Amino acid sequence: MSLASSFSVALIGMDGFCVEIEAYVRTGVPGVRLLGLPDAALQEARDRMRAAVINSGEEWPERAITLALSPAAVRKTGASYDLALVCAMLAADGRVPREALGDTVLLGELALDGRLRAVHGVLPALLVARRAGLRHAIVPVETLAEASLVEGIRVRGALRLADVLGWLRGTSDELVAPSRRNVPPPADPPDLMDVVGQPEARWALEVAAAGGHHLMLIGSPGTGKTMLAQRLVGLLPALSSDEVMQVTAVHSVAGALSPDAPLVVAPPFVAPHHTTSVAALVGGGSGLAKPGAVSRAHLGVLLLDEAAEFGPQRLDTLRTALEEGEVRHARRDGIVRYPARFQLVLATNPCPCAPPKEVDCCCSPTTRRKYFGRLSGPLLDRVDLRVRMRPITAMSRNADGQPESTAVVRERVARARERAAKRWSEQGWRTNADVPGPALRRDFPLSREAVALLDRGLRAGAITGRGADRCLRVAWTLADLADRDRPDADDVAAALDFRDRRVA
Amino acid sequence: MAYLESHRLVVLSRNWRCAEGELDIVATDTRRLIVVEVKARSSGSFGPPERAVTQRKIARIRAATQAWRREYRISHCPIRFDVVSVFWPPSGSPRLHHLRGAF
Repeated sequence: MSLASSFSVALIGMDGFCVEIEAYVRTGVPGVRLLGLPDAALQEARDRMRAAVINSGEEWPERAITLALSPAAVRKTGASYDLALVCAMLAADGRVPREALGDTVLLGELALDGRLRAVHGVLPALLVARRAGLRHAIVPVETLAEASLVEGIRVRGALRLADVLGWLRGTSDELVAPSRRNVPPPADPPDLMDVVGQPEARWALEVAAAGGHHLMLIGSPGTGKTMLAQRLVGLLPALSSDEVMQVTAVHSVAGALSPDAPLVVAPPFVAPHHTTSVAALVGGGSGLAKPGAVSRAHLGVLLLDEAAEFGPQRLDTLRTALEEGEVRHARRDGIVRYPARFQLVLATNPCPCAPPKEVDCCCSPTTRRKYFGRLSGPLLDRVDLRVRMRPITAMSRNADGQPESTAVVRERVARARERAAKRWSEQGWRTNADVPGPALRRDFPLSREAVALLDRGLRAGAITGRGADRCLRVAWTLADLADRDRPDADDVAAALDFRDRRVA
Repeated sequence: MAYLESHRLVVLSRNWRCAEGELDIVATDTRRLIVVEVKARSSGSFGPPERAVTQRKIARIRAATQAWRREYRISHCPIRFDVVSVFWPPSGSPRLHHLRGAF
């Protein structure tokens, strides 16, 4: 029989489906036909396969070859099918046994010299394959680290096509088994000790880290807004194994993993430049959308430095992502959803001239208002902590003792997070910021005087309904940091102070 | 030629030319028309001879076959297209490979 089949995966965003690749080899004018809506890169697989087979010391079947990728009605893109195509073809020609192909998913692009190149999206592809019931996987060796996160499927890495063929024939076993040790530890993030002064901003940073709240830093240039924001990831706890998988999957689809950082083990820090496009920020692209900065910052920090320069259009695309924790893109080839549960940090100047001291500002009130008006009300409403930086008055570090280091603050943050996680563990929420407003109000009511403060704010129009919910969340975080069981009126007042509109 | 006749084929035309192109051999096995494209190579460095039969060549052979049928007033009949590849190294004897129903 000159028929054989193998399996690969087509990804649609973070999800996908198994693709069965059938090969039919018959006598006829030699040539390869590819069926199943291949794109340009996949069409070129014919030439890559030929060169790779011959340069792996194999013989190319000089016969009429038909390769079909099913489901045939769905567009297939990219070069990740190369390995599955070539194995199906050689099996159909009787050059390798076909038995092992039945429950193995094959991923990888072929180089002309017969090496296997890394492809994007290996981790989500293996999740799809596992769901489809496949038990073995062969991936390019560079992607072995991310692939080994998937349990319940036996993964091996291949360096060359010849290794895979050797394994199929049972003649050699050059395939690489995954090992845990080849994950390099992440580089240490910058330390909080480097920041001079700014007690309020430091405190806000600690609260933000403890509760997962969004943060805005307003201040003159050179007061350390960016420095502080960059130090936020250092305060966050390491990702759990489940979170590592989620974040690595997004980065894998985005093609942001590299051989020296094959896994994302620490909360990611993403800081797009303010000239970024909407598509780069939230994701986009033709055909099927690719993940943007908000998804790469999933479970990490998204810093928008010089936030006012981003312009309202780009900033406002963040609003739904902030609320829902994911983004959905509808494009020609389907709707994709990417996770985007990030912590937003906005850093901005108070006005265009931004002198070191506020009193020296030479902007007209209209200019100031216009500058700040670029940060829309609905966006700011979602920012829980707004802090004005102090002007720096002395470079001396010893004015009030040595500044605290990241390690010290992280300790407190970890304790507060632990309290919160324990409290919400039944409902499965991670941080205070994740708790839905209704649940917070109904199931965890506060004292009468604490609620009275919020009511007064609502009546006076100082906060919105959502703002009140967000205040409650910050108040819980403040209580967690102070080791109290329940926020009191002071915590609510402090939370209200943090979102004071006048600061903005 | 001798090879084809040894397979009980009757050769009708050889190197028949028309505006659409050339047919190397037109033969019949009494049930259907068989159009044969002959490809010869003296070295293997360009791949096997039959690889040189491209889509364009196939289209030309089909068109020429229609012209041939018009010329000899042969209406509907089953047609088979074959490729005979001849690999003839400078030293040694030729090797024949016959692809029946190649396209």
